[in-house]
Amino acid sequence: MDTISWWGMLGLGAFHGINPGMGWLFAVALGMQEKRRSAVIGALFPMALGHAISIAVVVFVIALAQRQLPEGVLRIACATVLFGFGVYKFFSARHPKWVGMRVNFKDLTIWSFLMASAHGAGLMLAPLLLRMPAAEASGHMHHASMGMTDNAVMLLSAVGVHTLSFFLVMGIAAVIVYEVVGLALLRKAWFNLDLLWSIALMIAGIVTLFLKH
Amino acid sequence: MLQQWKPDPTFYPSPKMAIEAPIEDVAYVAAPRDDDNPDTMCVVDLNTASDTYGQIVNKLELGVRDEIHHFGWNACSAALCPYAPHPYIERRYLVVPALRGSNIYILDVKEDPKAPKLIKTLDANEVEERSGYTRPHTVHCGPEGIYVSALASAGSEEGPGGIFLMDHYNFNILGQWEVERGPQSLSYDFWWHLGYDIAVTSEWGYPAMIENGVSLEDLGERKFGHKIHIWDIRHRKNIQTLDLGDDYQMILELRPAHDPTKAYGFVNAVLNMNDLSSSIWTWYKNGDDWGIQKIIDIPAQVPENPDDLPPALKDIGMIPTLVTDHILSLDDRFLYVSCWGTGEMLQYDVSDPFNPKHTGTLKIGGITKSHPHPAAGPVSGGPQMVELSRDGKRLYFTNSLYVAWDNQFYPEGANGWMVKADVDVENGGLELDPDFFVDFGESRAHQIRLQGGDSSSDTFCYP
Repeated sequence: MDTISWWGMLGLGAFHGINPGMGWLFAVALGMQEKRRSAVIGALFPMALGHAISIAVVVFVIALAQRQLPEGVLRIACATVLFGFGVYKFFSARHPKWVGMRVNFKDLTIWSFLMASAHGAGLMLAPLLLRMPAAEASGHMHHASMGMTDNAVMLLSAVGVHTLSFFLVMGIAAVIVYEVVGLALLRKAWFNLDLLWSIALMIAGIVTLFLKH
Repeated sequence: MLQQWKPDPTFYPSPKMAIEAPIEDVAYVAAPRDDDNPDTMCVVDLNTASDTYGQIVNKLELGVRDEIHHFGWNACSAALCPYAPHPYIERRYLVVPALRGSNIYILDVKEDPKAPKLIKTLDANEVEERSGYTRPHTVHCGPEGIYVSALASAGSEEGPGGIFLMDHYNFNILGQWEVERGPQSLSYDFWWHLGYDIAVTSEWGYPAMIENGVSLEDLGERKFGHKIHIWDIRHRKNIQTLDLGDDYQMILELRPAHDPTKAYGFVNAVLNMNDLSSSIWTWYKNGDDWGIQKIIDIPAQVPENPDDLPPALKDIGMIPTLVTDHILSLDDRFLYVSCWGTGEMLQYDVSDPFNPKHTGTLKIGGITKSHPHPAAGPVSGGPQMVELSRDGKRLYFTNSLYVAWDNQFYPEGANGWMVKADVDVENGGLELDPDFFVDFGESRAHQIRLQGGDSSSDTFCYP
């Protein structure tokens, strides 16, 4: 992966982390319900884990597809799915359904996995993933392609970098809102990040379509 | 459907913040009829600067003999709840079930809040087929959809009654809510402690016990509800039933603390069979279990002239208290209790939910007493459906319970009215606004909803 891809992973991690629907808002609520900051912090770990699993699934599916499908087909397929999903999210306010505030580690991991998956968090990484060496390998067999192990390590690192950035931004947002800003933020400064998110998906789709190799 | 960029401004994360909400300009009042004219949703102008302040400025005609009763919003502050946040939905539709006709009306109030538009009707067949229930009653906007309670099962018109879900975007009925109902069969109100994943349901009676007036035979046999049920919301499972004892008949309105960290609430028992008194009970979390305890007894009264009693009460010779509704202020401090029989509105400080302090009394109407209103003279009926502004300063209430029951207890007539009381939120106490009297004529006046939200419309997920 080149520098752009790594920064992209970091940047999108931050973008996912800042979205209240991905975790920090729930962490704040749990802290308020239990009246202790440790409940805020404690919630961040399972949320990061659930997010990482959701991302990893997409990352590895795309990596496998890269080995099986011609580069152009995969690129157009990813672009179509991304753009279509973005358009759908733009017009539909539908949201994942979950009920329950009394949640343990497992519940929060599942919750975060569902939220990330339903929002297409992993999908959004597609243009970055398609820039990877494996993609080159399918198109240009004469280049030295990466070994399976090296490739897996790199993909895991990508998920790790994304998740770390997600975790930090989500954590900082949660602690600042819990300790300093308070819930007034939800009325004053909250704008529809899901709508922005849907636009991001559409942009990711367009970028994917015009990826250069 | 294009989404909004900003959260609906009427949503508040916490009850504390909702108290700061702007003053309401409009009230919606359900107005059923006792004749072949249609029920109406009435719009009352509450903007003090308006020429039509305190008047009905619009009536939207709905079904005939439908008994529109309790109604609610498609969405409310629960949309901010952290586990499924979707704050860009708009609070713009009133979901209006008909308790007798079983139709559900969806009214859009966005374009002109004073002119609700009927945009969708779910007729009784559709409601019954899709929900499995009949006689829909209470509506609450939940974090992931609209919850509606109903008195009975479709077809049998007997138990079990229960709760069904509606989609809050397209108003499709999604079906029965309960997975394991345990011993619950009678149904009426429901609400919840979202911070604890707990719902609470109460018990009234089946349609046959109420629709021709209160069945005195069933009452004599103590067949009306005397329990509340505690539910695990995540698993939709009845986890505990609290029995108040069958001395207490009809357990109606559930008012949980608005602060989601507080695990207690208040419910009214309409009739104590031994002395016709009414009572208020506090349910509360007690370790892993839930308990319930009576905190207020409000005695029946002796009429000055027993001949003034309606036929149903002649033999008994007493005026039953008939506490049929109550409302809890958003700061969880004051509870207002409607005594429909004795014609009183009582205010209690319930800061300590087990040691209420009586802080105010207001008298209007009542069986045999008919305490007058300064602007209207003698009035029929008594204080019944009560609603409180979010800042806790303006209390509005109406006089009709249920058409067939109005006729039983107030056979001389129960023309609808709505009045207002001003509340001293610092020291307690309430005073009737002498100039505010909304006359509904031959329509009955039942539940009130205030524009933007009130003290029984929203659930908050943050303290």
